[in-house]
Amino acid sequence: MVATVTLTIDGIQVTVPKGSTVLEAAESVGVFIPTFCHDPELSKPGACRICVVEIPGARNLPASCVTEATEGMVVYTASEAVLEARKTNLELLLANHPEDCLTCNKNGECKLQDYAYYYGVKVGAFPGEKHNYPIEEDNPFIVRDMNKCILCGKCVRMCQEIQGNNAIDFAYRGFNALVTPAMGTTYSDSDISNCVFCGNCVSVCPVGALSEKGMLGKARKWEIEKVTTTCPYCGVGCSFDLNVKDGKVIGVTSTDGDVNGRALCVKGRFGYGFINHPDRLKKPLIKKDGKFEEATWAEAIAFVKEKLGAVKANYGPDAIALLSSARCTNEENYLMNKLARAVLGTNSVDHCARL
Amino acid sequence: MNNLNDLRTKCQEEYKQKLSRPRIVVGLGTCGIASGGAKVMEAIKEEVAARGLDIDIDFTSCIGMCYREPMVEVSLPGAASVVYGDIFPDKVAQLLESHVENKTPVYEWAAIQIPGEATPYEGIDIMEKAPYYEKQVRSVTSRLGRTNPESIGEYIATGGYEGLEKALGMERQAVIDEVKKSGLRGRGGGGFSTGMKWQFVYNAQGDKKYAVCNADEGDPGAFMDRSVLEGDPHAILEGMMIAGYAIGADEGCIYCRAEYPLAIRRLNLAIAKAEELGILGENILDTGFNFHIRIKAGAGAFVCGEETALLNSIEGQRGMPRVRPPFPANSGLWAKPTCLNNVESYANVPFILRNGSDWYTSMGTDKSKGSKVFCLTGKVNNTGLCEVPMGITLREVIFNIAGGIQDGGTFKAVQSGGPSGGCLPTSQLDLKIDYESLTAAGSMMGSGGLVVMDETTCMVDVAKFFLNFTQNESCGKCTPCREGTKRMLEILHRICDGQGVIEDLDTLDRLSTVITKSALCGLGQTCANPIISTMRYFRDEYMAHIVDKRCPAGVCAALLVYTVDAEKCTGCGACLRACPASAITGEKKQPHSIDPAACIKCGACITKCKFDAIYKA
Repeated sequence: MVATVTLTIDGIQVTVPKGSTVLEAAESVGVFIPTFCHDPELSKPGACRICVVEIPGARNLPASCVTEATEGMVVYTASEAVLEARKTNLELLLANHPEDCLTCNKNGECKLQDYAYYYGVKVGAFPGEKHNYPIEEDNPFIVRDMNKCILCGKCVRMCQEIQGNNAIDFAYRGFNALVTPAMGTTYSDSDISNCVFCGNCVSVCPVGALSEKGMLGKARKWEIEKVTTTCPYCGVGCSFDLNVKDGKVIGVTSTDGDVNGRALCVKGRFGYGFINHPDRLKKPLIKKDGKFEEATWAEAIAFVKEKLGAVKANYGPDAIALLSSARCTNEENYLMNKLARAVLGTNSVDHCARL
Repeated sequence: MNNLNDLRTKCQEEYKQKLSRPRIVVGLGTCGIASGGAKVMEAIKEEVAARGLDIDIDFTSCIGMCYREPMVEVSLPGAASVVYGDIFPDKVAQLLESHVENKTPVYEWAAIQIPGEATPYEGIDIMEKAPYYEKQVRSVTSRLGRTNPESIGEYIATGGYEGLEKALGMERQAVIDEVKKSGLRGRGGGGFSTGMKWQFVYNAQGDKKYAVCNADEGDPGAFMDRSVLEGDPHAILEGMMIAGYAIGADEGCIYCRAEYPLAIRRLNLAIAKAEELGILGENILDTGFNFHIRIKAGAGAFVCGEETALLNSIEGQRGMPRVRPPFPANSGLWAKPTCLNNVESYANVPFILRNGSDWYTSMGTDKSKGSKVFCLTGKVNNTGLCEVPMGITLREVIFNIAGGIQDGGTFKAVQSGGPSGGCLPTSQLDLKIDYESLTAAGSMMGSGGLVVMDETTCMVDVAKFFLNFTQNESCGKCTPCREGTKRMLEILHRICDGQGVIEDLDTLDRLSTVITKSALCGLGQTCANPIISTMRYFRDEYMAHIVDKRCPAGVCAALLVYTVDAEKCTGCGACLRACPASAITGEKKQPHSIDPAACIKCGACITKCKFDAIYKA
């Protein structure tokens, strides 16, 4: 049996497995605690301090994401001191954040915006210097606007702990602290940067600092229909969400896939351009007089049957070989194998993933 | 166990031999070198050779009176040693001629004398009775300025490694108990019981444990650790080895800032010599105890003095604090149980083991035992290093040891604890120096920097100075420290520039509270202390800046108005010619006047005026 502890959060008795954090305990009974830097799949830096709670007996306001729930602990998640700290820290973040929610692509899906709304925090509490970094958009996939960054560091940990590329880290100190590739270069500077444009950093950014370039200006978040599907590129079978507006795929975002979690590669996340590409084959083509001409499926299949039948009749089934694709599903590959062995009578069947 | 008796006897004989010879010793701590000690050394060598004198030339570390550097000690057999201050190369010839050749000290240059068994000279303060040393105790600093810090022999001859020998003959738990009984508390400023910390590491499960020394001294105006590292490096090694033995560690690391090249050099030398003699390394003194020490040079980030950031830095990571718990005692360097103490804490340990915890508890107060090393800086007459028993008052330190305020000025405040500490006013001068009293008064013990300020210091400006420091040194990890210090600093800038509004004080209050309560590490949690303490004790000065647009101390340039006193002005025109902004006008021999709009407040006119006719307010 798993050892448990029982604590009281805002007057509610909560029993959780020993080793759980106060945040996990609160979430288990639906008590809301805001978080920026916390991510269940990543290490816990306890950095953003928005999740602080009041625990009588503790010296200060501990961060609930890194405080272990203990037997008999009493926690207040919305006391006066907690709200004061949260609001002030939100005001501090907003004091150094562009006030451009109107055109920000993250509008409607932004944690900073949500919490500001929830706690009634307005901009302008601390007039003063704001960052004015150039926006990094010298690559085809990701736009980095460090003026919007709240330094939660999820992108850094995602890159280190899930992707394993260590392409970015913190640099400089104090107010000038910044997430950046080595030597202050950009993602696309392949001499220095380790970035492979998987975009997993984008998937965890709670604000508009990291965006998919292809989606900028294409749709407000609430106009997007998300269609969960499997990536067609390789045999891993990653899941992701196609972002669809008006029947058109405008981008790909992470979903919680059984195989891949939220992680994707550059092809899966950014290689969706073929879907609506004019060059994409949507109907079979048959070459007539040296030129491809559109045909119906019935015509095409009949044509293939005739030609393969002729080869088999003249040269035997072993004169035929079939090559399948890793981009097909398991079921499609199985059918290809059946077609080769049972219908055509050849064992010469292979698959590009072996090459 | 193979004891050090034979080696000790040999070292003592050599040391005795050395002391019996005529000697001239130059103070070559960083303070001595910065004042020109190395040039003095060269001059002495040349002069001794030129005169064909039979005298040994040696060097030592900082004796504490940094304000008298370069210091030179002359010691002749059968006579009291005399330590001279402000000895520059041009004084060397006379010094040698008078003291060495004619056996007559140069009285007017003498700072103190150490008679030993000889008859003291009339008219030179005996060290223990000199105003600078009278109220001091010298245990951690006992070898500073007295022995050659690069000689392991002198260390051993003066009781060095006796504590280690004693510890190795004890049960490990007994060593920890002895340190616990001594009441030694973290000298880095935290004040946590050193013995308890060792107990935690001892109790922690782990196949590997570490002893780490925090030598990343970074407070403005603090150089205690540097002085001890440079002056008694073996004491730190010995302290770490005793800790290593007690907690079960076989590896130690000293994290020393790279800005202390001399300290690092002397530590490296000490490690090499201790290894050579089999005191450090494998199977120490045939007891089966192994201990190795390496040095990691820090790149100069203040936050790396925070213990978890320091550990990250040793591991090659960016120096950012980790969340505690787990504490380093359970999961420290490379996630192994780690004992992390400050330089001065480790340096106390050999003395405690050698002399016993009873000796240590005979000094200090109920809860703060032993002695503490402080650095005296700022507007005091005697800037330097001192070691005092806990419980001494700030007044005694500032007015007796440090000799009071420079140029007959008036004391205004003392800042202890560096950027994490607070400014204490005259009303707190009789405060006893111990961990609890200083914290209750709104400051903290800190690592030992004491910055003394007089009435020409603006307290808002001081708060601004420290906030600027913490803002620059904040690692940027947590929101309140990274963003909050920036906004507090901006508000202080506005107040000093005459743009402050009364609501700013509430905003500073609110930010101070939130940052203190919600910041991740000690740096953030204490960064508001300079503001909190100055607003508590010097609120009227904030009000003067905000309401009257006036800086009472005459520091904040934007608030100063330079005015000519027509009664005193002779119309000589000196100020007019000195003014770089052409803000002064006036006919010859007629009172001049300053156009406040054009005046850039550089103060050039005041410097030039021979009649005290220009004042700023």
